Formats: sequence, structure tokens, C-alpha cells
Amino acid sequence: MSKTDHGVGGLTYDKSKKGWPNEVNIFAALILIILIFEALGQFLPYMNDQSFLFDTNGRFDTIFNEARLKIIILQVAIIGIISLGVTQVIISGGIDLSSGPLVGAAAMIVMSFAQTELVNGNPNPKAVFGDWAFDLPVIVPVIVGLCFGAFIGAINGSLIAFTRIPPFIATLGMFLICRGIAQWWTKGQPVSFPTESFAALGSGMMPVVWFALLAVLFHLVLRYTLYGKHTYAIGSNEDAARMSGINVKRHKVLVYMIASMLAAFAAIILSSKNLTAQTGMGQFYELFAIAMAVIGGVSLTGGRGSIIGTVLGAMVFGVIQSGFTYIKLDAFYQLMAMGAIIISAVVLDQWRQQRGSSRN
Amino acid sequence: MTELGNIILETRDLTKHYGGVHALEGADFTLRKGEHVAIMGDNGAGKSTFVRQITGVEQKTRGDIIFDGKPVNFTGPLDAREAGIEAVFQTLALADHLDVPDNLFLGREKTKWNWLGPFRRLDYKSMREDTLEALQKTGVKIPNIRNTIQNMSGGQRQCVAIARTATFHSKLTIMDEPTAALGVQETAQVENIIRTLKEQGEPLILISHNMRQVFDLMDRVVVFRRGRICANLDIRNEDITGEDVVAYITGAKTQPEYEDAA
Ligand SMILES: Nc1ncnc2c1ncn2[C@@H]1O[C@H](COP(=O)(O)OP(=O)(O)OP(=O)(O)O)[C@@H](O)[C@H]1O
Ligand SMILES: [Mg+2]
Repeated sequence: MSKTDHGVGGLTYDKSKKGWPNEVNIFAALILIILIFEALGQFLPYMNDQSFLFDTNGRFDTIFNEARLKIIILQVAIIGIISLGVTQVIISGGIDLSSGPLVGAAAMIVMSFAQTELVNGNPNPKAVFGDWAFDLPVIVPVIVGLCFGAFIGAINGSLIAFTRIPPFIATLGMFLICRGIAQWWTKGQPVSFPTESFAALGSGMMPVVWFALLAVLFHLVLRYTLYGKHTYAIGSNEDAARMSGINVKRHKVLVYMIASMLAAFAAIILSSKNLTAQTGMGQFYELFAIAMAVIGGVSLTGGRGSIIGTVLGAMVFGVIQSGFTYIKLDAFYQLMAMGAIIISAVVLDQWRQQRGSSRN
Repeated sequence: MTELGNIILETRDLTKHYGGVHALEGADFTLRKGEHVAIMGDNGAGKSTFVRQITGVEQKTRGDIIFDGKPVNFTGPLDAREAGIEAVFQTLALADHLDVPDNLFLGREKTKWNWLGPFRRLDYKSMREDTLEALQKTGVKIPNIRNTIQNMSGGQRQCVAIARTATFHSKLTIMDEPTAALGVQETAQVENIIRTLKEQGEPLILISHNMRQVFDLMDRVVVFRRGRICANLDIRNEDITGEDVVAYITGAKTQPEYEDAA
């Protein structure tokens, strides 16, 4: 006998038959994908019995292949920060295609406020501004970057909220504008040689730390705050949200601002990690960030998804990418396979929608 | 009729045009405190349009709305709600992916830590308790209030929308075809909610196509036809039958004072 409980009005329902949260499925998929790569490693003739996950060479103290795990998490962390914002945009029923180019533009701008005066005793060969911009406290480039992100996000959000431009078009326009800004800033020259304190922001495993902190923060924000509830409500039924008195326009501007600030923060971390900023930085990031969210169960039709899902989606994304490299799949095949995976995730989402599910 | 007291809602020359469509034209309407009025009329007669103007969901083309003695100009639904107008819209206005308490409190969530502004914390526990209480009071049947609305039956969804208006104390309740999707028992429950409101002296505007329901529950019927009011019938005190009302709805009859309108 399963345990039943009484709902309102005397109807009974079966608590034990409640569907498990979607995140469990994604976690299962993650495990499955790891196992597939592990198996491929054993069976593909050219792999020489290498292991995907485990340390077969006795290089590390643990049983896992730490180097690979680190690379996976590091690769995922920076795009993952972007995907936290993209998740909110998609849940609210929108889309943001401008985050990749925003990373490029923000990195250029941020780095030019983070430069150090002397490189190995010689003047900085990549100086963008005059003397006044050298060796500024680390807070300056960070604030500049976040303000730039907020500014771009405010434009995105205002266009979408106050005109009837679809999010797809508005952010596609911003995509090109940001790529333009990145090129224009230094006429295509890379910007390099940051201060030590700026370089510390993204050194070592710091990107992972930032990703983890921000993921926890926005998990709480989406689940437990008014902002989160209204984001879901707008994505679920915009008319209902408006009729219920939610200020939909203002909320949308806020969502796009937060998303772009997260992308700008990713740019700060990325340029700090690379110690340089180039105009092409962030290529495909907008698509990868969307892919992480979609793989993680965020519904492109709005109203559904979670930060936990997106973090798991990011893991899946990282494992697949790393797995492809591990089985020595060429880069162009990797892109094709990624495309196929994103499409499958969307198809799967639609299939899930039709079956419906309950909230955990 | 004047013994019912003064007027809670009055509209003068209320008009709404959608481009070339004259959905509502020169509506003069009054509702007294404690009075329950039905609005009837064929599909597309302008009933919902009328409601959308009063509730601030849309901006009127022309005319005045006087609510509770003061001229009002609602810029949005929140204004109307804060002034004390609760509405069940024909389209229900529910968020499919949210659960029952979320929907009941949509747009007026209970929160803690209010200094956090838009990021203030939701008081889930208190909202759940209030929801259970509200549903119990209205006799609504819902297996698990934490299920999302999307999997609920049309009637259950409607019940949630109605419970929402019944939960919050208001000066005027408007229901746009609240029983359209409901079974016999659920309809009876909604009618009970309406009776309770009547006993409590809360005024109500009910849009309905159900003649029996209107004659059972309402004091007065206002008939809309092609965007205009064409009859104002005191069904409690005058000798008016369902057939008369149908005649007004179809245009077979028009009250003399509304002749020029038709
Ligand atoms: N947003 C809009 N744009 C253009 N025309 C509209 C709009 N909303 C309503 N209309 C038109 O206004 C008229 C009145 O519509 P309304 O929804 O008020 O009818 P109703 O009396 O509520 O009908 P029903 O009984 O079917 O609910 C209809 O002809 C409708 O097509
Ligand atoms: Mg209607």
C-alpha cells in the first residue's frame, strides 16, 4: 500500500507516486555519458585502454584523473557563469544572444583599466590609455565591467520590454554591436598585462569558485525571492502576470541587466585568467551558455527550469566536450555533435512538456 | 432601489475602440453598494471589454469611471486592485507552471526581509497556510496545492481563480463567466461564494450566459448589445422573464431610454 494523503476538499493523492524532479534525470544522463566515454576508452582500438575518469597512470593520490576533472570544471566555469544569467532570461520567456560578444567587448574594456605600468621593467607595450590608467585598484576594472554589462543589459531589456521587438532580434542586434565595440575599442589590438591583483581574480581554480558562489546565490534568488517568483510567472503567462499587477516591463529590464552583468563578470574572470583580452573572445559562448541551460532542463518556452538544472547541464556540456577530446574527435566533428545535442535537448524538452510534471 | 445605499461604481460614457472596432460605446452604468448585477449579452457584445476598462487592464478611449465616490484613472491592474476591485478574468490569468499558493498570491506575495527590495524573501509557509484556509472556505477540491496549475482540470483552475478573489477582502468583485467550465457541484460552490458575498454586503458584477443562475442570484440585469448597453432590468422587483431578457440580448426589444443607442 502506498501512502496517501488528503488534499483540499477530500480528494486523495499519492505522495509516493509524485514524479521525481527533472534534475534527477539530468544527473542520470551525466552519469550515463561518463560511462559511455569510459566504455569507448576501453573499446576503441586506438585508445590503448585509457580511462576517461580514473587515474590509470598512478599520477595522482586519488583514484580519479584529477587533471581531466579540473580541466572539465575550469572549461565549464566561465561559460557557466553566463549560463546562470541566460537561465533567468529563458525562464522569463526570453533569449539572450548577445552574451558571447558582450564577453569580448567587456574583456577589452575591463582589461584596459586593469593594465600595469611596467612589464619586466619596460613600459607596457599594449597600453590603451595614458599614465592615469595604470595600476588602478582592482575594484576599478571590476566596477567598469559590471557597469558596462548593466548598461548593455538595460538596453536589451528596454528594447524588449518597451518596444515589441522580439528578444531574439533585439539581442541579435546587440550581438553585432558588441562585436563592433570590441573591435573599435583598440582598433583590433589585444589588450594585455594586467596588475597582479587583477590577475588573481581568475587564476588557478578561481573561476570555479566564482561559478559555485554565483550558482548558489542565484539558486536562492530564483527559488526564494520575489524576483525569482515573478521571473517564473512572466515566463509562464505574461498576461496573467500583468493582470496580477506585476510590473512586467520593469522586471524584464532587471532580468536582462542581471544576465548581462553576469556575462560581463565572466569576461572579467576570463581576461584575468588569460592575462589578455582579444576582440574575438567569447566566440560561441552565447550558444554554449544557452545549450547548458537547455540541456539542464530550462524550457525555451519559458516558465520552467532551475539553476541546479543549469549547473548539471553545464557539467554534461563539459563532460561531452572533454570526452570528445579524449576520444580524439576532430574539432569540426565536435561542433557538429554539439549542435545535434542541443537540438536533441530541445526536442526532449518539448516531449517532457507534453507529458507534464509536478513541481518538487 | 435607492434604499440599498449610495453608489460604489459608476461609469459615464465609457468607451473603448480597438482601432476601428467599437467594442464598447458610451456605457453609462451604476452599481450600488451591496448590489449584485449581472451583465448579459451575446458573444462579442463587449462585456469583457467593459470589465477590462474598469479593472485597469486596458486604457479606455473615452469616458469616466467613478469608484467609491472618487473619479479614478487606473494606469494598471495593480491600481485597480489596490483601490479594492477584485476580478476573475475570463482568461483566468493564472501562471501554468506555478502551484496553487503561488497563483493565489501572484502579484501580492507575502514577503519577509523587505529591505532587500525586489530580492526580498517569499514567505512560502504563511502563503500555504492562507491558501489552505481560503480553499477550505470556498469548498474547492484540489488534491495537492503544491502541484502546478497546468495539470489541473479546467474546473479546478477556475476554482483557483475564484478563490483568489474571495480570499482578499475587496470593495467590488467582478467575475467574468466564472462557471463556464464547471461541473454541477462546482457551479453550486461558486454560487455559494456569490451568496456569501451578498450576505456580507459586498457588491458584485457577474458576467454570465446562464439565465437560471442570473435569476437565482442577481438583483439586476444589464444587457449589452454590439458594444452598447440596451437594457437595465430590475429582475427582483419587476415582472421580467427569461424570454424578455433573451429578447433584449438578440435585439428583438430595446428599452425606450436606450433607443438612440441601438
Ligand atoms: N484586443 C482587441 N483588439 C481588437 N478587437 C478586440 C480586442 N478585444 C476584443 N475585441 C473585440 O471587441 C468585441 C467585444 O469583445 P468582448 O471580449 O468584450 O466580448 P464579450 O461580450 O466578452 O464576449 P464573450 O461572451 O464571448 O466573452 C469583439 O468584437 C472582439 O472581437
Ligand atoms: Mg467575454
